[in-house]
Amino acid sequence: MNSTDLLALLPLLLIAATAILVMLAIAVRRSHLASALLTVLGLCAAFGTLFIAAPLVPRDVTPLLTIDSGALFYIGLILAASIAVVFLCYGYFKQEEEHRPEELYLLIAIAALGSGVLVCARHFASLFLGLEILSVALYGLISYERTTKASIEVGLKYLVLAAASASFLIFGIAIVYFEFGTMDFGGILPDSPAGAVDSATIAVGVTLIVVGIGFKLGLVPFHMWTPDVYEGAPAPVAAFVSTVSKGAMFALLIRFFDRSGMRGDSSLVLVFSIIAIASMFAGNLLALLQDNVKRILAYSSIAHLGYLIVAFEAGGAIGRSAVAFYLVAYFATMLGAFGVVTVLSRPGNDLGDLSGYRGLFWRRPVLASVFTVMLLSLASIPLTAGFLGEFYLVAAGVSGSLWALVIILVVTSAIGLFYYLRIVVALYSRTAQPAGAWPSRINSHSLSWTLGVLTAAVILIGCYPSPVMRLIQTMVAGSG
Amino acid sequence: MILICLIAVLLAGGVLAAISARWNAAMARWIALASTVIDFALVLFIWINHAGQIALLNSTAWLEQVNWTWIPQLGIHFHLAIDGLSLLLLALTFFVGAFSILVSWTEITESIGFFHLNVLWILAGIAGVFLAVDLFLFYFAWELMLVPMYFLIALWGRERRARAAVKFFLFTQAGGLLMLVAILALYFFHYRSTGVFTFEYVDLLNTPLTASTALWIMLGFFAAFAVKLPLFPFHTWLPDACSEASTPVCVILASLLAKTAAYGMIRFLIPLFPNAAREFAPVAMALGVVGILYGAVLAFGQTDLKRLVAYTSISHLGFIVLAVFSWNELALQGAVMTMICHGLSVGALFILIGALDARIHTRDLDRMGGLWSTAPRLSGAALFFALASMGLPGLGDFVGEFLILLGTYRDHPVFAIVAAIGVLASTFYALRLIQRAFQGPNVHRVAMPDLVYREGFVITLMAGALLWLGLNPQPVLRTFSPALHALETTVQIHRQ
Repeated sequence: MNSTDLLALLPLLLIAATAILVMLAIAVRRSHLASALLTVLGLCAAFGTLFIAAPLVPRDVTPLLTIDSGALFYIGLILAASIAVVFLCYGYFKQEEEHRPEELYLLIAIAALGSGVLVCARHFASLFLGLEILSVALYGLISYERTTKASIEVGLKYLVLAAASASFLIFGIAIVYFEFGTMDFGGILPDSPAGAVDSATIAVGVTLIVVGIGFKLGLVPFHMWTPDVYEGAPAPVAAFVSTVSKGAMFALLIRFFDRSGMRGDSSLVLVFSIIAIASMFAGNLLALLQDNVKRILAYSSIAHLGYLIVAFEAGGAIGRSAVAFYLVAYFATMLGAFGVVTVLSRPGNDLGDLSGYRGLFWRRPVLASVFTVMLLSLASIPLTAGFLGEFYLVAAGVSGSLWALVIILVVTSAIGLFYYLRIVVALYSRTAQPAGAWPSRINSHSLSWTLGVLTAAVILIGCYPSPVMRLIQTMVAGSG
Repeated sequence: MILICLIAVLLAGGVLAAISARWNAAMARWIALASTVIDFALVLFIWINHAGQIALLNSTAWLEQVNWTWIPQLGIHFHLAIDGLSLLLLALTFFVGAFSILVSWTEITESIGFFHLNVLWILAGIAGVFLAVDLFLFYFAWELMLVPMYFLIALWGRERRARAAVKFFLFTQAGGLLMLVAILALYFFHYRSTGVFTFEYVDLLNTPLTASTALWIMLGFFAAFAVKLPLFPFHTWLPDACSEASTPVCVILASLLAKTAAYGMIRFLIPLFPNAAREFAPVAMALGVVGILYGAVLAFGQTDLKRLVAYTSISHLGFIVLAVFSWNELALQGAVMTMICHGLSVGALFILIGALDARIHTRDLDRMGGLWSTAPRLSGAALFFALASMGLPGLGDFVGEFLILLGTYRDHPVFAIVAAIGVLASTFYALRLIQRAFQGPNVHRVAMPDLVYREGFVITLMAGALLWLGLNPQPVLRTFSPALHALETTVQIHRQ
């Protein structure tokens, strides 16, 4: 490891430093504002160092990590989303500071670090390290409102399920290691002479790994935790879980299957097709039955991850660009949607019930419009980022001639419209809630600014996506 | 540049109206009206300015166009262009659009700013559809029409409006998404054979496709257009939407949105897939003929006036499908003529029914009768448009349907004969409507005020336009014929 390696690693190092600094600051003096500010500054600095690292890539830093343009891109996305979540959390917890919100930011920084390690991983050890750093921070984040029973319940549920899935993953890793004698992604398939390995054993190993990854992504049939966690966790934390944790895992999924050369394996293709189809159908159909906005968003995110698998299967440069673009759109939209929920919620008392949103437009037109934009983006209606994202996904699917998957994507997303429209209808319904049902104005600048920026991003990317696409194309070209 | 203005005026007008309604509702209405009138004037300006160029029968060039690079990574251009066909349909859009705003003045009393925002944005979407010659942009505009329409039905309708709005949205969105897949498939097949990523209409015209691929891709387009038109058996959303929505929304739905689908068939579906379309023609024409008869029969059985008119609309639109798929010069001219005249006559009928509904609070035929004695002007106007819609010579609809039957008879006599029965059937429903609502004794002792000046003005202009189209269709025919001729030539080249 030389100084160039360190420079390339600078973004991750700075995220880690942020976590330590925030912890020390809390030890010296508790201050909500200071912790939040310190975290934002640290993450922004880490974001800045991406530009220092950019000319030095691609390079392998230790046998564990590889920093290439793809990794930097996803670290950037993770950092941007984490910063947005910090802002949301600040506005949310400022209402009731007896929750001692300071450590929250410490956990967010740690989770961001874990996600960053995941997107750089090229080795099972770093995969597992990143995953655990992320998971452990998430346990704390999800049950952060430790005074409420529901919050502890979902935290425990997530802990048990995540630990179980991690053990599946590690068992799968062990089996693959047993067969190939290496934990490097790149060393798995290419070096092994055909016939020298027992394909049944590998199948078991890889299946177990897929289970572990599928759990984190919330894909069907490993999705059970998603609606409960989204419902029980504080709204900004749910935003974090649905974006950063899933996005990082998806980037890892792509790297793992690209590097190991297993993408072309026909049985794996079949497995992923089934998972994608099941996720698209289950996500969209189950969302129809929900009456809680946070649960609807949870099922919606299951469906969206299913759509992403379509582009993942298509592969190639267009598949990877489609995934990256879709993730950008999805991040902005999901953060925005949960942002609106955050504005209307108080710690320990999130506004989830759909009936609580009836008539929002007539009392809080701007906020309802923002929510409408986000919902339309999730439903992929033009002028929003979601529209171009879905367009890109379908393009990738068509380019890979995945006709069945593309048709199912189209059909299920038409079904999906129905529940987004239900929320929209509620927002604009004329039987408004009594005055005082919602806070009369957004009580914090950090919330209003974050929502403003996210809305602008969703619309801007939806109308003029060229700059983002150019960035993504350079990124895809740079990561082999 | 003028084409950008057409759309920008509507988009900006919508936002302005929404903002100004916070202080003054009347101001929002005037802003909305002014935006459509300005656009209508702009279209007239293009028409007059290019009168010489339009007359050249063999000119294939666009009258006006803007072509900006939009998303170069995917070969997407912001490419708007106008020819005689688009020009007339735009004129219709703004003409009817302005009237739908005028008639909303008493009916829409809640959230006026948001209403006008939606109306103007939907008009912008329609204008975008008529102008786009980049398939991505076309799809973009196509989808852009959806959300405002959804809001318009869901927020300003009658009791079961939410259901109707969702039905409308799901039907059209499902169709639209299939078209998206078809557009992308065409895009990739074009790339595979030429190595160029493009959504440009003119380039995609020459995509070599195998017969079965072309058929599948064409079906994707057909799904979107058939739902939006609506063609039997995809029509069930229209009567629901029309009976639940408010009058201006019905006008936009039946007289403008349907035309975007017919336009899509003429501009995109057949020229892009000439051979597949010819193979598919018997099916499409059969559906069209079934729609003509089915719509007429159901219209005869309705007692709710709005549903009645919605079914007559389905019947008339069947003629357009018949004409488009028989694809010869006469039939096509008839199709475009019918598109314009149907837009006027069905729009006017909805306006009159809305006026009636506002006065006597019912649209049920059984609760009317003898209205002529109390509101002669309204009844006379209804008679005029009912006669127009049953194809009375001297009014525009006659010209259109006559040309369609004439043109279809040449290649497909059987379809033409069956469709002619539909013309006959239209007399029954039109006369039944007049007889039950306006003639006879006024058994229910209804007394109501007659049309006010604002309504009278709207109705007179629409009637005048229909008369003009019926008595002197030449200027209009001459405007869109070169465009149709150019399309026909492309198709002929590819069919050989």
